[in-house]
Amino acid sequence: MSTPFYVSPQQAMADRAEYARKGIARGRSVVVLQYADGIVFVAENPSRALHKVSEIYDRIAFAAVGKYNEFENLRIGGVRYADLRGYTYDRDDVTARGLANVYAQTLGTIFSSAGEKPYEVELIVAEVGAAPQDDQIYRLPHDGSIVDEHGSVAVGGNSDQIGSHLGERQRDDMTLGEALRLAVEALGRDGNGGGRTLTADQLEVAVLDRTRPQQRKFKRVLGSRLTRLLEDPAASSDTAEDDDAEGGPGPATPSPDRSDASGTSDTDETA
Amino acid sequence: MEANTRSTGRLPAAFLTPGSSSFMDFLAEHAPEQLPGSRPLPPVQGAVEAPHGTTIVAATFPGGVVLAGDRRATMGNMIAQRDIEKVFPADEYSAVGIAGTAGLAVEMVKLFQLELEHFEKVEGAQLSLEGKANRLSTMIRGNLGMAMQGLAVVPLFAGYDPDRSRGRIFSYDVTGGRSEEPGFAAVGSGSVFARGSLKKLHRAELSEEQAATVVVQALYDAADDDSATGGPDLVRRIYPVVAIINDEGYRRLTEAEVSEIARSVHEGRLRYPDGPQAPVL
Repeated sequence: MSTPFYVSPQQAMADRAEYARKGIARGRSVVVLQYADGIVFVAENPSRALHKVSEIYDRIAFAAVGKYNEFENLRIGGVRYADLRGYTYDRDDVTARGLANVYAQTLGTIFSSAGEKPYEVELIVAEVGAAPQDDQIYRLPHDGSIVDEHGSVAVGGNSDQIGSHLGERQRDDMTLGEALRLAVEALGRDGNGGGRTLTADQLEVAVLDRTRPQQRKFKRVLGSRLTRLLEDPAASSDTAEDDDAEGGPGPATPSPDRSDASGTSDTDETA
Repeated sequence: MEANTRSTGRLPAAFLTPGSSSFMDFLAEHAPEQLPGSRPLPPVQGAVEAPHGTTIVAATFPGGVVLAGDRRATMGNMIAQRDIEKVFPADEYSAVGIAGTAGLAVEMVKLFQLELEHFEKVEGAQLSLEGKANRLSTMIRGNLGMAMQGLAVVPLFAGYDPDRSRGRIFSYDVTGGRSEEPGFAAVGSGSVFARGSLKKLHRAELSEEQAATVVVQALYDAADDDSATGGPDLVRRIYPVVAIINDEGYRRLTEAEVSEIARSVHEGRLRYPDGPQAPVL
């Protein structure tokens, strides 16, 4: 007859949290910043096909770090939740707060369920409002807690250092170019204080732009526009090169992006 | 792990099950009662009276397609609504116009828009234009039971095909049968007259503005001979909905643009009440 070892609940939870935190810290970071016209998402992600930042609904976007299959699963769950809610009630009734709650419940249940391995993910759910003070950013760590963030937030490996760098410098009235360059500068800092320079093809950038005339405010910043924003401080006033249709839904990924989607075989386990 | 998933507030298992990128498939699995086609039909005798939308026309031009609809909904011999909108963007590069039972059609369009948007968000890429047309086909087929009771929905689907760099038009029958229409198409009660008009006016080399004028002419002709189709209402300033889809996406003409076209068509009709005259040979 064998007696199982006694493990105190505190220890069991600490072990699970440690496990999840280690998984998350292996990945590269994602930062989210408010700027004058909305919210910008910047991720260090060499893959063009496996996204860390995605659209959920008209005004809501999702960013995640950690294990790809786990956050992808949550992302699709979130899209289904948002679309079903919008279909049942109205498009205005889909809110980041509701979605963040559902994610928190899901992550919390999984974290504390002895039968499941905790998810090694950290999520950000953000909603752009009509004015900067209506913007909402929620950070959801692996254990199901919710943190209501303002201004800027970083998740992933090295997020403390990146977050404090951003926190000191971010202003709500920054232009997109300024916010983007600040985000890239922060992402390029490694633990020893040295800096790397990230180029456009190492970055995944998307915005929730409240000035977009379409109902769907999410837009990826790709190719030449990204390069231009990264390089030239004067180009930061560039806002609408593509926004013409009134009211119609906009494409989440414009057609040039599609050609890339097939050609990548990047297995982004702990992206 | 799955026990009690509804009461904890976490996402139910169906939300996190990997699988289809289709919102309709998800609804069928998770909330089948919300799917239009799966509602049980009460037995009814005779036709059900409900507002019907009437005429939709579409015409291609080099580099795009224009889709337009009149603004009238009728219920028997009554005008149920004089400013109904029957042309909707399906996504950035396609649009759908509806004829038939207005209530069911609007619901179908709402679900169709969501189906395309959902796929786009989940997959990160748009469906092909053929794929979109096929999804609409499936939805019309799902409504067959209603159609047998006189509540048919017959849409007209038009979109810009980026792979072929041109506009394309698809028409449907009540059973979901789909056919691609070269050049122009019309559906609804006034479609016979509209098609006759388009036949004489449509040419392959029309400009965008000319194509928009041609569809307004066709709607005018339909309204001329079909009591269920409404012409441009210059008094109340109710004009047809005209949408243009080209490589820049969907664009609905503004009221000012359509009113200008409608007025010039009207001016022409003051001289020739039957509209522009085609050469005999």
